[in-house]
Amino acid sequence: MTEARTNNLETREMLLNVGPAHPAMHGIIRIVTKLDGEQIVDCEVEIGYLHRGFEKMSETVDYNGVMPYTDRLNYVSPLINNMGYCMAVEKSLGITVPDRCHYIRVIMSEISRITDHLTCIGAGAMELGAFTVFLYMIKAREFLWELIEMVTGARLTISYGRVGGVKADLPEGFEEKCRNALEETRKVLGECDGLLTRNRIFVDRMSGTGKISAEDAVSYGITGPFLRGCGVDYDVRKDFPYAVYDRLDFDVPVGTRGDNLDRYLVRMEEMRQSIRMIEQALRDIPPGPFQAHPETGRAIPAAEMVDLAKMGNIVQIEGARAVADPTLDGASEREHPSIAADEKRVFLPPKEDTYGNIEGLMNHFKLVMYGHGVRPPKGEAYFPVEGANGELGFYVVNDGGNLPYRVRVRSPCFAILSALPKLLIGGMMADVVPTFGSVNMIGGELDR
Amino acid sequence: MNAESLIQAVRERFPQAVESSYAYRRDATIVVRRESLLPLAKALKEDPAFQMSFLIDLTAVDYSAFGKKPATAFFASSGVGVRPSMGIEAEEPWPGPPSARFAVVYHFLSLPLKQRLRVEVLVSEESPEVDSLTPLWGAANWLEREVWDMFGIRFQGHPDLKRILMYEEFEGHPLRKDYPVKKRQPLIGPVN
Repeated sequence: MTEARTNNLETREMLLNVGPAHPAMHGIIRIVTKLDGEQIVDCEVEIGYLHRGFEKMSETVDYNGVMPYTDRLNYVSPLINNMGYCMAVEKSLGITVPDRCHYIRVIMSEISRITDHLTCIGAGAMELGAFTVFLYMIKAREFLWELIEMVTGARLTISYGRVGGVKADLPEGFEEKCRNALEETRKVLGECDGLLTRNRIFVDRMSGTGKISAEDAVSYGITGPFLRGCGVDYDVRKDFPYAVYDRLDFDVPVGTRGDNLDRYLVRMEEMRQSIRMIEQALRDIPPGPFQAHPETGRAIPAAEMVDLAKMGNIVQIEGARAVADPTLDGASEREHPSIAADEKRVFLPPKEDTYGNIEGLMNHFKLVMYGHGVRPPKGEAYFPVEGANGELGFYVVNDGGNLPYRVRVRSPCFAILSALPKLLIGGMMADVVPTFGSVNMIGGELDR
Repeated sequence: MNAESLIQAVRERFPQAVESSYAYRRDATIVVRRESLLPLAKALKEDPAFQMSFLIDLTAVDYSAFGKKPATAFFASSGVGVRPSMGIEAEEPWPGPPSARFAVVYHFLSLPLKQRLRVEVLVSEESPEVDSLTPLWGAANWLEREVWDMFGIRFQGHPDLKRILMYEEFEGHPLRKDYPVKKRQPLIGPVN
């Protein structure tokens, strides 16, 4: 603009309030922007609308009672939160879980990571007008959520982790269903890749917007796909391997420019790597009772089995397995050693023992009675895992009692959102939408 | 480099600053004097021997109720005390809890050296103040605001120390141990 024109025109900065509840926002957050024309010259981010006091509530329930609260942190990938919290408490207890349990955790975490990335890219693309991609990706997510439902019994608030193990072993037929779901997901990724990656409109909106340099990203403590999009090769799974990630072969995709397009590409590649990891884990997982006795895996509903026995058909049901109550499925005596740490003071005994003998009953009550339960020694421990958005760390302080003294979540979203002004200032108002989409803000994790 | 040798290296570099140190569950922890936090953090970030370029986390712990919960449970009907199980004992003892009421806890990460270091600064109830790390890390800005909001610990040199998760009119600091869990406060909207 020439100087003469600026002198004649009256220009003013305008305040524009985006949020807290806005159709183009994934969560409840308020961005107060100061605009010069369409350019953002200043902006302030206000959070806290979904603060439910996770850390305070954790101090009032026992160690396993925190699990449902962790589901509600990053509610798009709750399994990773479960695992992160369990491993932090296990670290302060000084116990390890069986190999099969580690593999189950890895498989479930990677499934969750794919659902998280699908949601992020799908919703981000929808906001740029690519509604088809959103529907395709939600379709793929549905396959994966069915898997999660099959294993945990719930879709979203799964509470699958337990201190010292997981709730139940993988159900029968999981492997086949998982391979099918991954195949479907791979197809959907191919379709969406074709629809987006060379789509002129999409690339124009994403490329060069929401840029941040690697130094700034490190200074703001950004981790995960966001940091890798800036070209910094940091992945907790590679650099501080936990569970069995050091036994799996996978690549860490890294971008170069640190803009929205690179973050999109990194997320797409990470989903493919996660599929690779799950396939390897399914191959390497130590056999559980289901794989060991395929012919005795014949399941009959318990009531039906009683009827058969009443009529004297004992030969028919010999060696058959009764289908237990769905809430107990996968945690009976046979599966117990492969899903739970060998530590009576931490993990509940199998239900056969609880109902069948006095030692099991006492053990059960010693863990569930008020004032009893898991009691880690005095101390503190920090355990990081790779969440869908970056490093998800749990810092647990124990005072020797049955309630956690302090549980702190290092949430990856918090760091990214604190850098949001840096991403937005200098850009156009319309770029808020793709940038905010690639940030993948999850309110539950951000505000806790 | 394991936790012990990292502690040794920090101790040799800053003999004056470190009050105590310990390695517990493979985590290296050093407790530093309040006045030497800022120079120590600067050196950790810039010294090629440490290269702690990430401030991964910053939080605080209120130790005023540590170990004070009664360890005995009662049968509600009879009032008979039942001794809980012994719990699991650690092989290596944890030297804490600290003598001061608050500990501000920093988690640093060095990416090239693949090391983590926990730094704690003890803060008394009378003067809950620490130097701000905002000149060194952008991440410190919001994290320090959160600690102020939740614990009421002030950070000297912070550009805009205001509440972040709670609203401005909120009274008290919810994560302090003397703040009751069930306390209710009216939600005051912005005054127009």
